[in-house]
Amino acid sequence: MTPTLADVGGVLPEMIVAGFACLALLIEAFISKSSKRDILPITALIGVAIAAFFTVNSMWDSRAVMGGTFLVDPFSNYFKLILYMATALTIMLSMNYLKQEGINVGEYYAFLLFALCGTMITVSAEDLLLVFLGFELTALSFYILAGFKRFRQKSMEASAKYFVIGSYSSGILLFGVSLLYGLAGTTNLTAIGQHLTSTGPGLDPAWILALILLIIGFGVKVAVVPFHMWTPDVYEGAPTPVTAFLSVVSKIAALAVFIRVFIEAFGGIQDIWQILLIILTVMTIFFANIVALLQTNIKRMLAYSGIAHAGYGLIGILVATHMGTYAVMLHLLFYVFMTMGAFGVVIQLRKNGLESEEIEDFAGLAKRQPVAAFIMLIFMFALAGIPPTAGFIGKFYIFMAAVHADLTWLAVLAVIGSGISIYFYLKVIMVMYMKEPDGNVTLSTSQPAIIALAIAAITVIVFGVYPSPAIDFADQAVLSITPPVIVATP
Amino acid sequence: MEYTGHLLSWIIFLPLAGAVLVTLIRDEKWIRLVALGVTVADFAVSLPLWTQFDTTTHAMQFVERVPWIKTFNVHYAVGVDGISVLLILLTTLVTPMGILCSWQVIRSRVKEYMIVILVLETGMIGVFCSIDFFLFFVFWEAVLIPMYLIIGVWGGPRRIYAAFKFFLYTFAGSLLLLVAILVLYFLGGETFDIQALMESTYSPTVQIWIFWAFFLAFAIKVPMFPFHTWLPDAHVEAPTAGSLFLASISLKMGAYGFLRFCLPMVPDATIMFAPMLIGLSLVAILYGSYMALAQTDMKKLIAYSSVGHMGFITLGIFVFNAHGIQGAILQMINHGITTGALFLCVGMIYDRTHSRLISVNSGVGQQMPIYVTLLAIFSFSSFGIPGTNGFIGEFLILVGAFEYNMAVAAIALPGVILAAAYMLWMLQRIVWGEHTRDNETPLEDLNLRELSTLIPLVVLVFWIGFYPKPFLGFMEVSVEHLLTQVHTTQPLTLSQVFGGS
Repeated sequence: MTPTLADVGGVLPEMIVAGFACLALLIEAFISKSSKRDILPITALIGVAIAAFFTVNSMWDSRAVMGGTFLVDPFSNYFKLILYMATALTIMLSMNYLKQEGINVGEYYAFLLFALCGTMITVSAEDLLLVFLGFELTALSFYILAGFKRFRQKSMEASAKYFVIGSYSSGILLFGVSLLYGLAGTTNLTAIGQHLTSTGPGLDPAWILALILLIIGFGVKVAVVPFHMWTPDVYEGAPTPVTAFLSVVSKIAALAVFIRVFIEAFGGIQDIWQILLIILTVMTIFFANIVALLQTNIKRMLAYSGIAHAGYGLIGILVATHMGTYAVMLHLLFYVFMTMGAFGVVIQLRKNGLESEEIEDFAGLAKRQPVAAFIMLIFMFALAGIPPTAGFIGKFYIFMAAVHADLTWLAVLAVIGSGISIYFYLKVIMVMYMKEPDGNVTLSTSQPAIIALAIAAITVIVFGVYPSPAIDFADQAVLSITPPVIVATP
Repeated sequence: MEYTGHLLSWIIFLPLAGAVLVTLIRDEKWIRLVALGVTVADFAVSLPLWTQFDTTTHAMQFVERVPWIKTFNVHYAVGVDGISVLLILLTTLVTPMGILCSWQVIRSRVKEYMIVILVLETGMIGVFCSIDFFLFFVFWEAVLIPMYLIIGVWGGPRRIYAAFKFFLYTFAGSLLLLVAILVLYFLGGETFDIQALMESTYSPTVQIWIFWAFFLAFAIKVPMFPFHTWLPDAHVEAPTAGSLFLASISLKMGAYGFLRFCLPMVPDATIMFAPMLIGLSLVAILYGSYMALAQTDMKKLIAYSSVGHMGFITLGIFVFNAHGIQGAILQMINHGITTGALFLCVGMIYDRTHSRLISVNSGVGQQMPIYVTLLAIFSFSSFGIPGTNGFIGEFLILVGAFEYNMAVAAIALPGVILAAAYMLWMLQRIVWGEHTRDNETPLEDLNLRELSTLIPLVVLVFWIGFYPKPFLGFMEVSVEHLLTQVHTTQPLTLSQVFGGS
């Protein structure tokens, strides 16, 4: 089968991102080190912008290209836009950091773009093999990015750990896919869904095994308890912008594919996987929030906070309703800005010329850097889900979806879990506002980083006060995957 | 006739606009002046509530309703009725005093301090104005942030502990409130409109669950008896203005929540659990008063007296008759005036002697005659001497309690006597006690700034004490309507509860 022009048009954003990644590699090779280092991040930003332009252009299209394996629909476009924003913020936050850490090489931006490209493929994939392909492209880029501070042991450790666990989980995922192929004779999601509805009751137990394998495979990428073991170490060791990128981009793409696979392909047997996901969700929310209480390293704390937020996201997926799905989409949109913002402040904090990663290093920040401290305060309250921030809106709709699906008890558990989380977010604020400053901690800012933080903070507040545009946007985007797939709520 | 003005929005958001303005100013003197000006202006703006309020209807007045999040039928909806109108006026009256009493004491981070107070005022007024449950919850949670910062940043030595305790207690209480709101939303026909939610009826099982969610949220905020432990810590560590806002307004949010949501929305469950609620109120009255007797720190003494007074207020609410509830609402205002003033008084003496211990401050009466006169007036009003506001409120509550059950009133009565005991005991030592301070420098009596915070409160003490009619007139119709909402239903029986949903 030869690709047609329509096929090429469908994957244009992915091609642009991959092309710019290659361009970044070429620039790195052919432009001398001394001249104009900033050309690389600017090139990467331009690449993201052009890709975003084409995605926006085909925002409300709904078609399958590449022989029905690749979907261009509002759902995937919505997630792509989130991913572009996350990538752009990461690039802006990385520029100064790379110079400070002495790892300002062009491959960094190339791999950021390759990782972005992988996640874009994942969210558009209509075929499990393509899902796998996207995951692998993302993961391979991340293995390298995590080890980018190659002279630091922790960074190497992060890279190696992520590689081992990532490869292993890929194997599990692939095993699940092969089982499914044996059962349904296809890896196409819609076809699997049709096969399931046509076979009716009396399910082969192998289906359940395949389901479990898929949940494990996705669970590792999303970092759901108990498949989260790699995250704290990797998050701590990786360069901070990479940590931010990882905790946002890779998590969001995996949750998006979670929605697509479980609703499109397995919507018919929702009663079977719902209980599995409920168990995982409750474990995730409680475990992550309780362990986060004990962290003294802010990167690890944010890692656990991210795990907990993935748990809230799972609630929206497992209720398998229209409301649930777009509650997750909304939640993830806000999550980008809250988490990127929080990491953005961490990135700029330096102690004795080194990265400053302890929560105690924030002591007295409000006295020295009132603006930075205030911005961090916004992100902390947003992550804690306190109004009037976007974080509250996101959580509110997730809990609402749970109540709507008659899972009020799950909403109660989730609310209690998120109640635990308030303590460690408050602790950061307490350290910033109520402790005396420590002499050695400074803030190393740059223009792009300030812009990135301003965008994130303003978005968190504006969508907290007036979320209607975001809600309507998510509502429209989710329509595309809803009608044929959702089973009636129990 | 539909109301088309925007009075309430002005009252709510003027302080927030002031906070934005303050961020632009550099000079500390001007920051103080602008903050004071904004809060005084806000009080002036809120005065039409007093003059234009229609006391003949229980309906919401000055209503504004704008769609906010259309997908979920969330509205920006504000309005006042007889239950909330006085609380809003109290808030706008007290906030300028909070700024005045911080005029010289707060020297570090003045700008942040004023911003936080202005944001707090917006939040507090928003809580009392909201007639959309979503909006209410947003304000309810949002006020925690400034209060946490006031205690934690500008507080005393154990401020961090107290701030955390305050935040975690209150936040934990409101977690289930969120779920209860969501459940009501779906059961009440996908609306957050408080009026509509009051009109639909809920099955007994649902009512009981929702009652417990409400109870936790509001009882912690009041605070009712077993949940009161955050209050003395928060009061003692907070700066004077923080204590003032906590006592005068923040605590009222809990009692207001019971009146606005718990009684009309889940009346059957509330009546069913009324004996428990009354029991907890009685315990709070006696226990709070006994604890106050044992205190050596003036601030702690007043904090525990608050526990006792709030016990009277919740007692008045849960006897479910007109006297009790009117007395409770009036006592909410009275407590705001009197206890707020007492905290201001403690702050003034602390500024001079740098101690809040009664033993250190004994005998200041000889040097500060004006101060102790005012202190005495507020103390008398606190334990309800006839002629002061406290008498009217407590009298009404006790009448309501007698109508409900003679024994309940009989148990509550010693609370009044205990209140007189600890107040007079403190007063006696402060006014006539032995001098204990070394290297005596004469203490200055109150200056004009300090007088200007106390005099309006003195006026109110006697105004309500001698002529409470206008104040009671505001709430009469609304309370009657509230009672019809509660009494139209039959009390629940256990078989109804466990028999089915």
